[in-house]
Amino acid sequence: MDFYLITAVKAAALMGFLLLTLLYLQWIERKVIAHVQVRIGPSRVGPHGLLQPVADSLKLLLKEDLIPPHVNRFLYLAAPFLAVTLALLSYAVIPFGPEIEIFGVRTRLQLADLDIAVLFVLAVSSMTVYAVVLAGWSSNSKYPLLGALRSAAQMISYELPLALAVAAPLLLANTLNLREIVERQDGFYLGLLPRWNVFQLPAPQILGLVVFVIAMFAETNRVPFDLPEAENELVAGFHTEYSAMKFAAFFMAEYANMITISAMATLLFLGGWLPPWPAWLGSNWVPMILFAGAGALALYHGLNAERARDRRTLPIVAAGFFGASLVFALPALHALLIPPFWFLAKVGLLLWIFMWVRGTLPRFRYDQLMRFAWGTLFPLGVVNLLATGLLVALFGEA
Amino acid sequence: MWVDTFFFYLFALVTLAGGVLTVTRRNAVHSAMSLILSLIGVAGLFLLQRAEFLFAVQIVLYVGGIMVLFLFVIMLVNLDQAARMRQFSGQWWLALACVLAVAAQIVYVLSRGSGAFRFARPEPPARGGNVELVADVLFKQYLLPFELASVLLLAAIVGSVIMARKRI
Amino acid sequence: MPDGTFLDATELVLNMGPQHPSTHGVLRVILKLDGEKVIGTECVIGYLHRGIEKIAENRTYAQFAPYVDRMDYVAAVSNGLGYCLAVEKLLGVEVPPRAQAVRVILTELNRIASHLIWLGTHALDVGAITPLFYCMREREEILNIFEKYCGARLTTHAFRIGGLQYETYDTFEEDVRAFCDMFLPRVDEYEELLTGNRIWIGRLRNVGILNAEDCKAYGVTGPLLRAAGVKWDLRKAQPYSGYEQYDFEIPTGTNGDSYDRYLVRIQEMRQSVRIIRQALDGLPGGPIMGKVPKVIKPPVGEVYVSIEAPKGELGYYIVSDGSTQPYRVRVRPPSFVNLQALDKMCRGALVADVVVVIGTIDIVLGEVDR
Repeated sequence: MDFYLITAVKAAALMGFLLLTLLYLQWIERKVIAHVQVRIGPSRVGPHGLLQPVADSLKLLLKEDLIPPHVNRFLYLAAPFLAVTLALLSYAVIPFGPEIEIFGVRTRLQLADLDIAVLFVLAVSSMTVYAVVLAGWSSNSKYPLLGALRSAAQMISYELPLALAVAAPLLLANTLNLREIVERQDGFYLGLLPRWNVFQLPAPQILGLVVFVIAMFAETNRVPFDLPEAENELVAGFHTEYSAMKFAAFFMAEYANMITISAMATLLFLGGWLPPWPAWLGSNWVPMILFAGAGALALYHGLNAERARDRRTLPIVAAGFFGASLVFALPALHALLIPPFWFLAKVGLLLWIFMWVRGTLPRFRYDQLMRFAWGTLFPLGVVNLLATGLLVALFGEA
Repeated sequence: MWVDTFFFYLFALVTLAGGVLTVTRRNAVHSAMSLILSLIGVAGLFLLQRAEFLFAVQIVLYVGGIMVLFLFVIMLVNLDQAARMRQFSGQWWLALACVLAVAAQIVYVLSRGSGAFRFARPEPPARGGNVELVADVLFKQYLLPFELASVLLLAAIVGSVIMARKRI
Repeated sequence: MPDGTFLDATELVLNMGPQHPSTHGVLRVILKLDGEKVIGTECVIGYLHRGIEKIAENRTYAQFAPYVDRMDYVAAVSNGLGYCLAVEKLLGVEVPPRAQAVRVILTELNRIASHLIWLGTHALDVGAITPLFYCMREREEILNIFEKYCGARLTTHAFRIGGLQYETYDTFEEDVRAFCDMFLPRVDEYEELLTGNRIWIGRLRNVGILNAEDCKAYGVTGPLLRAAGVKWDLRKAQPYSGYEQYDFEIPTGTNGDSYDRYLVRIQEMRQSVRIIRQALDGLPGGPIMGKVPKVIKPPVGEVYVSIEAPKGELGYYIVSDGSTQPYRVRVRPPSFVNLQALDKMCRGALVADVVVVIGTIDIVLGEVDR
């Protein structure tokens, strides 16, 4: 019974954490893009716009649930449902940290430790295309249909380089279990350089990571590969005919997919929850220093604020940061908190790259996109896989 | 054990229902979706047999790959005309005979009880699922047929590309 | 089986606009597609028709001047300049040199503002969302100068027939100089984001090609013509308002594709700054208003005056019957004439290219429909 109880608790915790992240990821993206574009972003609802996501979701919830009369009703309703379900399904197998002990119970920071976790994630992500295709087709309208067709072609095309990029680190790890893949990346070369798959001998996966990162932009339909929803050509692409919460579902799914694929990149290439340098060089103290620094910065700006409002809000933010810093300062909690910190930090970095790129690059044209997938990315993936196979066969440890 | 049994019947139901819906739906897209449902049911059955690798491959290849292409083609087709077409040919009596024959066989076999069958007890697979086992069999025992099959597929791909080229 | 196969659904007619995010207003384009390939287009215009030319027949010459600002509303100053020049020619009025120089400064500032709007929206159409905000930031400075000068930001009505109504404000020269100093590095910033960007080049190069012969055949003018390699700029060819005194270059392209047009417009912004600086350096004193009668009553006759507006040749053809109201005003709007080339430029391209081509023509629907 313990097993079911623990799993239920973990599932609830994961779900809560995830939904909150999805809500605030949108706020963070708006803030990041705003600062790229010399704006300040959401700032009206709550201090620094912190309640904006809540306001947005309330608005979407309360909107009229409009179903256009010309749609194929069943599939039209099923598509957003499918999108969210599939986007959330992958999280079941993603490990956030190693085995830990909490309240006297030893458990893994993972919902299900599947032996074929990598394949599971690939399988689920290969099905996400259905949500888009069905949404486009069932809307029974031209722009969504064009968006859906583009999307189907794009996602199938980019799944291949993605899978090829995933296969190479699997050769190094010799397992399909995500937890074990991370454990194989433990240790340091010369006591300094981490044995992450990007750096791991005999076949460093630098090329693999590059291919993976590019393909993951395409898989999640983000700039510069956001053709399915290219709003300047296809209005809003496949979700043109969707409104209210059904629209929000697609939105949520996109962000959830971004997190999944960033987590996969972290686990497969960047050593998951392992620190970037050894503990004796002080990697355990990084979160404490980071949060303390952020707190000091917030306090400084709070004390020298131009707006009266900031004088009240920023010290509170600073207090929060200092509190987090204190929590990370307790060596007793290190084993519990440090691995998830590094994992989330790496995922956060990748998510930030998503946003940064969105603020910087224009969009590909459809034919250029396809040529890029088949002409550049796919051969690179094959070369990387073959080279890795060869190197592992020649120099690998049996 | 009852969990396994429950899921077996669930997946079997999904598979069969999907299959029936595939041939009875008038709307081609609905048919394709039913086929996908059926394929997912089969994947579930694989999972029950602890054949996780087959499960994943079934999903990735059939559901995530082949059926998307099916759907892609169906979406481009003018469905209004297709939906109006007669879907059943005049040979329903032949089909009925075949169905009856198969049903008779199943009933006969079932009536002899479970003693008539020899089940291969699957031994609990080595860790890492059965990926290694599948790979071993495929790349050692059946290497030649495997490679022949891939050459055949390659020929088919090249052929289809050439045929498509001619039309452009 | 039915007689025809139901697989021949290759031709798709797609209606783009008038409510579409990237038709720059209320342009409606009907696209005939083969897959994603465009095999024909049809432009439907007139959604913003206000009958401006007809209105002119019921207003006095001075009353009509604010109306022209409503045509190309992102380049209102140029519109006003063209109209004033035309009426002045009809009246035979000489505009004092100071008024001419101030007119040049404001018109060139407006050219920069218009090109900034073009650059921002064009980049947005191609999917780069950030340049728009940078462009708006700089345009804001220009609009602030306009506001300080005449109180209006968009539809300025900055000039009067015969010269200027307002003397420049106290810090006008400093403001414009500060803008020029600030602006050139900002242009480099846009170029950093876009010029060398491989996606940007891939989307623009060889898209919407219009060579010199086609340009002449369609009557296409402005940056589109210059990008095709024709060195034709009315500021040089038939100088007005004292442009002959200023030293500047006419940037040209070679291919006549969208990328060349982009480069030409970027260079034009730099040249505009050059002209503004020269005009400021030699800003003469003296009166700002020529000798214009209290009641404007031009002699019977007709006149055609054209200027180089940001989007191309903007011409005014005015017929006077000797009364206080024009008998007929005909405008030759650059956007309208340039838009004719849309079909030629889109044919054989992809849907995504149509958006690029509409952007690269740089149309303002207020001017197309009038």
